[in-house]
Amino acid sequence: MDERSIIAQAIMSKKIHVPTVAELLAQGEKPDILFWVGCAGSFDERAQKVTKAFVKILHHVGLKYAILGTEETCTGDPAKRAGNEFLFQMQAMANIATLNAYEITKIVTTCPHCFNTIKNEYPSLGGSYDVIHHTQLLQNLIDEGRLTFGKDPFNGRKITYHDSCYLGRANGVYDAPRKILEALDAELIEMKRCRKNGLCCGAGGAQMFKDAEQGKKEINIERSEEAISTGAQIISANCPFCTTMIRDGVKHAQKENEVEVLDLAELVAKAKDL
Amino acid sequence: MRYIEQFLFVVVLGVAIYFFTQKIKQIRRNIFLGKAESINDQKSLRWKIMAKVALGQSKMVVRPVAGFFHILIYVGFILINIEVLEIIIDGVVGTHRSLAFLGSIYNIAIGFFEILAVLVLIACVVFLARRFIIKIPRFHSPEMKGWATQDATYILVIEMVLMAALLQMNAVDQLLQEKGADHYIAAGSFPISHYLTGLFTGYNTASLVILERTFWWFHILGILFFLNYVPYSKHLHIFLAFPNTWYSRLKPAGEFTNMPEITNEVNLMLDPSKADPNMPPPEKFGVNDITDLSWKNILDAYSCTECGRCTSSCPANLTGKKLSPRKIMMDTRDRAETLGKAKDENGLDYHDGKSLHDLISQEELLACTTCNACVEACPININPVEIIFGMRQYQTLEKSAMPSEWAMMNNNIENNQAPWQFSPSDRANWTNEV
Ligand code: SF4
Ligand code: SF4
Repeated sequence: MDERSIIAQAIMSKKIHVPTVAELLAQGEKPDILFWVGCAGSFDERAQKVTKAFVKILHHVGLKYAILGTEETCTGDPAKRAGNEFLFQMQAMANIATLNAYEITKIVTTCPHCFNTIKNEYPSLGGSYDVIHHTQLLQNLIDEGRLTFGKDPFNGRKITYHDSCYLGRANGVYDAPRKILEALDAELIEMKRCRKNGLCCGAGGAQMFKDAEQGKKEINIERSEEAISTGAQIISANCPFCTTMIRDGVKHAQKENEVEVLDLAELVAKAKDL
Repeated sequence: MRYIEQFLFVVVLGVAIYFFTQKIKQIRRNIFLGKAESINDQKSLRWKIMAKVALGQSKMVVRPVAGFFHILIYVGFILINIEVLEIIIDGVVGTHRSLAFLGSIYNIAIGFFEILAVLVLIACVVFLARRFIIKIPRFHSPEMKGWATQDATYILVIEMVLMAALLQMNAVDQLLQEKGADHYIAAGSFPISHYLTGLFTGYNTASLVILERTFWWFHILGILFFLNYVPYSKHLHIFLAFPNTWYSRLKPAGEFTNMPEITNEVNLMLDPSKADPNMPPPEKFGVNDITDLSWKNILDAYSCTECGRCTSSCPANLTGKKLSPRKIMMDTRDRAETLGKAKDENGLDYHDGKSLHDLISQEELLACTTCNACVEACPININPVEIIFGMRQYQTLEKSAMPSEWAMMNNNIENNQAPWQFSPSDRANWTNEV
């Protein structure tokens, strides 16, 4: 074999195949957990990076997961929050029909909006699943010893953490993301407004999809300034929309060369060199 | 003379209680102008929440300075009002310090009440200073202009006047006890009013009796006036904080209730076997007026103490948008009062043709990120988001009044299964790049 084909093979072998539920079913199998990718994670370039990082972690720990692929559709969250309950329920019913047909019982998602909607708003429409957010899954993997890190993967780098509204206040998940940072040996510097008092990034409630009303300031700039003022080199987040909003805020402050905005899945993938 | 006084007292007390209960009945009726909703699951948890949040003030102390002084006023006011019991007995029966037979317990209690009275006075001064000298911003938002600030000021001033009357009454009483005046038995201890006796030393017994009676009457009339002022005021929270926390929402804050009337419509379209064909098509979707809210939302509005903690944590308000969750609650209460009054005058079926949307603009409704910071901040678990969200649903579903970007987003979801204009067949393209 010449050198080129060895490299090509190496690249090929590093390539991960992401299975769909339909594919597994064709082989007579079922995933242990469904990875709900979400619209941002599927289409938005920035959020795709998080999706990929997460899939690499799933692959690395050897979880039997699958995605719905093109059978996945918007959960309906932005429609609902924009007041269009009709469209929301249409979306929800369609998704529930798919999930139930595949007998899905456990779902993990990298988007706290999908997480909240499927977990809290699908059950009364006939879709009850055990839904977890990816930070909770990562914390479990760490606790079970399935995900370990070498000494000081982040070398005590200063990291701050932004609580998304839909993971934090909406569902009371504050500790899982922080435990991941702890495992990464990062120096967590909290913002003044954190946990229950965390400040919104400005994207929730379908705000992501329209301009803000008239005011003195954009919400994401207010939040990004607070995050930057901690002196952290990395702002960690758990939501594709928060990540976008804060990244824009960091750019606005012209700090994009000093401060990185990363999802916790990206931090973990980085620490593992995945 | 004493009999006339007793007679007068009974009449005044009766009138005060009558008007108070009338107003409370009216408020109750206004609250139930809202839609019926049964909230009585998980009773033991509800009692716990009430004990912790209302009685224990757990969310007040999140802001330590305000929390501390509020507890002073709260504890002081409740305990001192135990004395009202004695005042009422004395007033009706014509006795003086009728509970003095409790002996040393009584003496300790009276002394303790005096100390509390001073603490309440101090707290009131601090609160006035926070409003008018330090000028804490949340007390000076646009919705606080006029009545809202007057109301807050009246309450603080009335409380101060009541405490001052109590202390002066005790001061004169002491002098009368020392003089061995008829009817004024030696009872009580006066660690504070003791220092006030100097104000009244020059008077003879007859004048002192008149003074003592004046302060006594002033004190009880003040309390009865206050009782009747409270239902018109933000001070109603001293009663409603308790039921309001008991009826707290227990579901996750992120869960927005699915509208059952829409579920039925959707089922009729997708799977008629699941639909209830006898369910009449809904008259309207979302919240137009307070009658479309749950009664709990209106209870929230009547319980709101206008402290503005919600507004001061609201990301929209903090960045200069028009939305203020406190204003949402104030407008809801105002609307309930207006519609209630109109119904009193014209019959229960009457509707004045106005709505909550006349008070709350679309600009306010659109600015909400549904972040729940206001719900978290509220010391008595009020939920402004439910009202905002219900009104937004009305705008979207009934009026199709929404920003064009949202219309586009909805279109995309409907046609492309994502809020953006991507082809659904590209959804899994990212898998080729892992
Ligand atoms: S939920 Fe809406 S009203 Fe409440 S704090 Fe957040 S943005 Fe403001
Ligand atoms: S809703 Fe709650 S936090 Fe807001 S002003 Fe009323 S009492 Fe205060």
